[in-house]
Parts: sequence; structure tokens; C-alpha cells
Amino acid sequence: MMMKPRFMPWAAAILIAALAQTALADGTLATVKERGFLQCGVNTGLPGFSNADEKGSWTGLDVDLCRAVAAAVLGGADKVRFTPLTAKERLTAVQSGEVDLLARNTTWTMTRDTSLGVHFAGINYYDGQGFLVSKDLGVKSARELDGAAVCILAGTTTELNLADYFRTHGMTYEPVVFDTADQTARGFESERCDVLTSDQSQLYAQRLKLAAPDKAVVLPEIISKEPLGPVVRQGDDRWLNIVRWTLFALIEAEELGVTSGNVDAMRESRNPAIRRLLGLEGIKGSGLGLDEGWAYRAIEEVGNYGEIFARNVGEASPLKIERGLNRLWTDGGLHYAPPIR
Amino acid sequence: MNGPPPRRGAGRWTGWGDPRLRAVAFQALFLAAVLALAGYVLHNTLANLEARGIATGFGFLSETAGFGIIQSLIDYSETSSFGRTFLVGLLNTLLVSALGILLATLLGFLIGVGRLSGNWLIARLADAYIEIFRNIPLLLQVFFWYFAVLRALPRPRESLSLGEAVFLNLRGLYLPRPLFEPGFELVVAALGVAVVAAGLLGVWGRRRRARTGRGLPTGWIGLALLIGLPTIAFLLAGAPLGWERPALAGFNFRGGITLIPELMALLLALSIYTAAFIAEIVRAGILSVAKGQTEAAAALGLRHGQILRLVVIPQALRVIIPPLTSQYLNLLKNSSLATAIGYPDLVNVFAGTTLNQTGQAVEVIAMTMAVYLTISLAISFAMNWYNARIALTER
Repeated sequence: MMMKPRFMPWAAAILIAALAQTALADGTLATVKERGFLQCGVNTGLPGFSNADEKGSWTGLDVDLCRAVAAAVLGGADKVRFTPLTAKERLTAVQSGEVDLLARNTTWTMTRDTSLGVHFAGINYYDGQGFLVSKDLGVKSARELDGAAVCILAGTTTELNLADYFRTHGMTYEPVVFDTADQTARGFESERCDVLTSDQSQLYAQRLKLAAPDKAVVLPEIISKEPLGPVVRQGDDRWLNIVRWTLFALIEAEELGVTSGNVDAMRESRNPAIRRLLGLEGIKGSGLGLDEGWAYRAIEEVGNYGEIFARNVGEASPLKIERGLNRLWTDGGLHYAPPIR
Repeated sequence: MNGPPPRRGAGRWTGWGDPRLRAVAFQALFLAAVLALAGYVLHNTLANLEARGIATGFGFLSETAGFGIIQSLIDYSETSSFGRTFLVGLLNTLLVSALGILLATLLGFLIGVGRLSGNWLIARLADAYIEIFRNIPLLLQVFFWYFAVLRALPRPRESLSLGEAVFLNLRGLYLPRPLFEPGFELVVAALGVAVVAAGLLGVWGRRRRARTGRGLPTGWIGLALLIGLPTIAFLLAGAPLGWERPALAGFNFRGGITLIPELMALLLALSIYTAAFIAEIVRAGILSVAKGQTEAAAALGLRHGQILRLVVIPQALRVIIPPLTSQYLNLLKNSSLATAIGYPDLVNVFAGTTLNQTGQAVEVIAMTMAVYLTISLAISFAMNWYNARIALTER
């Protein structure tokens, strides 16, 4: 009984459908405007960064960046549709044009920026990899983790940093790799592994999700640099600039003391930096292909970076993460926006 | 073939009126179209990748992988290359598939025969087994074994143990590892001799029975040889075998052989699920042998076991083998569910982590698909060969 390859033409037809999509036109801005909403890739569920509530409305630091871009481009922070993506899917979704913007706690690395057909538009959260362990283990430092089983999320830089860290310190470990953050948390909770490793911001979020958050503790060590930022497709410089400068505008607004509450009053300000930010003088967004109110709308509808941080992950949120590296440069942090002029 | 008779006159050009010529022309046209389509797809893919600034080619395979893998049959460390991760994943897929096929076949035959048993309880139990495991989605069964059963095991410090040598906990099953000391070659050599001797004995016994009609329990003698000779050699050489026992050190057991729970869960789910299908195939095969065959064999004075072994099973196998092949192929492909519970198979390691770290989606997925296709075709080929060998030879 020989199977004849009778299904060959059908397979070919399906392939065509999958691959024959012609090179996407470069005008993401025009596409988004015509479509009327921004398609934004976010995390499938990470409290503080992008998380959907029971009504399906999204909140988070990354989600707010999407909203700010939508406000700047389309004049409405609600003109966004969110695509939840796993760590493995996220960059492909940008490459294929499925999303206009990826704001999904994604670490900026050279490989991703230079060889995957995507560009990072900036950094909206300075993170670092840490470890979450059960208090029962009595471990005080990551250096005592030799031989531990480690739960980890597939397709992340975390996987590589973990290997680097243990190798550098001559320690062994057993990697238990899962596809979603929930699965890794479940693996940790059921004690399949001794340690859960991830970006520290996520560890705080995942600790809150545990049945008994008090029984787990985040170790002090940070073993890597994890600059998280928005990602856009390579080859559309205008769109890259729009996302980059929207983020800068939010940071600049915090530095200048412009908030969602006082932005209208600030229009009367005589400080030229504020007047330039709000499009009252200077370049006014024409270089971005937007009108003069782009930054004003983003700040008015979403708030400045400080407000976004406080609301989602900072003191006004259940996570209560310290600003730390994410302070403005004027306060000893790393956020520094180039001048808007 | 009894198609329409050729209407073609000798050497006369009849053009499109000739159905055979027409058929060939259409086939050639179609083939050309398919090839053109394939070429277009390839060209377009490359052009698109180029246009979007995505690196292409297989150069990434020699770069350092830099991530750990929990289970590897070959030497692997973080400094190995991405090409090596491909091999590790491939071997892990083959391991779980081969073990799964073996277990599913054994279990399937047992259950299949059990379902036909005259014993009411055994037959009903086999019935229940088949109906339960055949009708629950495999992914759920994988989750069941992994999240419900294996997670209920005790923690490393409270492990279940068997003679302080075998330990079972929620991190896995820990077995002692044999350590071969000098002199063990003698045992291996003795085993080799025993295998050859048993084989020769079997051939001689069969010839003798054909010549004289008298049977000899060659099976039992062969078994005695296979066990006896190596045992004698083992004792003579001074028991050259040690054991490395797993021991609790730090967080986990170290030393010995570890069966990770991901492997156990996947293996259990795959073999139990597939065994249900194999059982039905076996039952169908046995029922396909006419009752008269069994009665005739009984009339000749064969015992129950002999009837099964010499008359029923050889004929049943002809019906069993083709659908059994499909089940083997299914099991192999289903093993990619590994990725749901983190077993480091090809899809998880290579089409998962490696794809992500390199971003070479087209190359990685193409390689992965090629692997499944190759293994499936190989199984299919082997089973077809076996099927042809046991098929009814019509004279």
C-alpha cells in the first residue's frame, strides 16, 4: 500500500497563502490612521505590565505606553486593540506585521535589534534578573543555589543569563522550562523546582499570585541587565521615531512636572521647554508627521512616566516596586529624555 | 486495466483526441505549475526576509547556544552549539518515542487479548480501559499525569525509597547507575557466545523437528544458556560490577540515573493512550482469523498456547500491522506535546528555545518538519517491509 502524494497541490496552496504575502508597505503611520486603531502586542498576563481584568480591559506599564502612542497618533488613548503574546510569539508578531507595536517587557539585546528585523524604540523599564525561593530553604544568597532545580520561562533572555550565572560561579542547576509564566509559577508552587527565576519586577508580581506569598522571598542578587522597551518593525523610520519620542515625551513631562492633572494649566507656562513639549512653539511634531498636540494628548490622557509607574507598579499599586533605576536622571536614576526642540 | 481501447491509428497524429497523450500533457502542465509555485514561494520568502532585515542561512547552527537543557543523552553544556541542541532534542524525541512504542505495544497486545478473554472480569476491565483512555484527549492525559499524579509525590527529603537505592519524589525517579569494572568484558563475551549458541540451537531444533517430527524444548534450553553463561562468567571474573547510588546532597539527589518527571508523565500518557488503540487493532486482528482455524489446530492436538502462537497470531498480524504502523506514527508525532510540560524534546528545545534565541524561524521550523517527516517515513518503511514479509504469499 503506497501512499500517493495526492495532497501535494493543497499543501502548496496553503504554503502560498502563508508566505506569499508581499513585502509590507512601509507606512505604518498611514496604515494605523486608516485603520483607526493601534494594534499593540502585550503580555498574556503580567500584573503591573499588562494584565486584563475580568471585564477584558487592560492595565499596566506597557499597556499605558500603547495608549500613549494611540493618543499621540490617533487622538484617543482608547483607540488600541491588544494582542496578548507569549514570549515565544512576540517578535514574530512584529516581523509579520501582526502588531504595529510590541510593548511586552522585552529585553533590548544586540541580536534582537540587529538580526531579527525589529528595532527597539527605547527603554520604558530598567529591570534585572533575580531569584525567588521558598523561605523554608533558608537560602540567603543566590551563591548558595548550587544543584537547585530552576523553573524558567522558555524563549527569554533569562534562560541565557541563568546559564551564564551558574557557569561563572562553577555551580550546576537543573533547568525546568515552561511556556507561560503561570506554568512556571505552578511548577514553583508544587515544588517541582527550588527556585523561580525571572526579571525582578515579574518575580514580585508572580509572588503575589502564589497561594502563600509570605512563604517565598526574592533574593537580593540581580544577575543581569534587562532593559525592557517597546519594539517596532525594522524599515519604517518614521514609525520608530513616533514610538521613541512618545516615550521620551512621557519622561520629559515628568522631568518638567507636567502631569495629566495640570497639563491644561501648564499651557499657560512661560517655560520654553514645557511650551515646546506641548506643541506651543518649536518643532511641534511636524518631523514625526503628527500635529502639534501629539505629546499634549499623550500626557493628558495617560499621564507622565512617573504617574504611569506609580499607578501600575509603584506605590499606588499592589506591587509597590521601588523606583530604583527607574528614577529620572535628576533623581539618580537612568531615565533621561533627549531635549525636545 | 480495462480503460477505453486506444483509438490511435498506426503512427497517425490524432492530437487532443488521444486520451493518453492528453493525460500526459495535463500531468506535465500540472507538475510545472506546482514547481513554479514552489519556486515562487521560496523566492518570495527569501526576498521578504531580506527586505525585513532578518538574517537567513544555517550559520547559526555553529554558534554557542548558551542555555541549559535538563536531559541529554549526549554530552551537552551551555557552551555547546545550537547544532548540538538540535541533536539533543532529536535524541530526546527518539527516546520517548521508542520507549513509548515499546510500552504501548506490550500493553496494547495484553489488553487486546484480555478483551477477548473468556474471563468476564478481565474482559470487562480491558473494555473499561479502552473506552476510558481512548476517549480522553491526549493533552489532558499528559496534564493529568504531570500535574495531578506526579506532583502528588513527596518532596526530595521525604522521598519514597526502595532499599536505599531507588528513590521516587516529585523531582523524578532516581536509580543506581551500574559501574563496569575491569573484567566485565568477559561477561559481555559470554553473553555473545550464549546468543550465538541459542540461535544455532533453535535452528537445529527446528530442522530436527522437520526431519524426525520430535520436538525439543529449545526455547527453555536457550533461555538457560542466555542466563547461565553470563552468570558463570560474572562469578568467575569476581563480580566486576559496582553501583553508583543516588544520594541526597543539597537540594536534590545526585549521582545515579535520573528519570525526570516530565519524561515519566509524557511516556505514561503516550503509551497508555496509544495502547488503547493498539488493543482494538489487536482484537480486530485476532477476530479476523476464522474460527475454523482454531478448531482445526485443536483437532490436530495443539495446546492453547501453541494454537495462539503458531496459528492465530501469524495470521492476525497481517491484519494488525498496517493500522499498527499508523499508531506508531501517531505516537511519534504526539510526542511533540512534550512542550506543554517542559520535556526537552525537539519541538521544545530546538523549535522552541533555539528558535527564540536565534530568531531563525524559517530554517528551524523547516529542519524540525524535515526530522518528523524523515522519522515517520523510516517507521513507515520498516513496517511496510515487515508487512510484506509476513503477508500471505499466494502461489
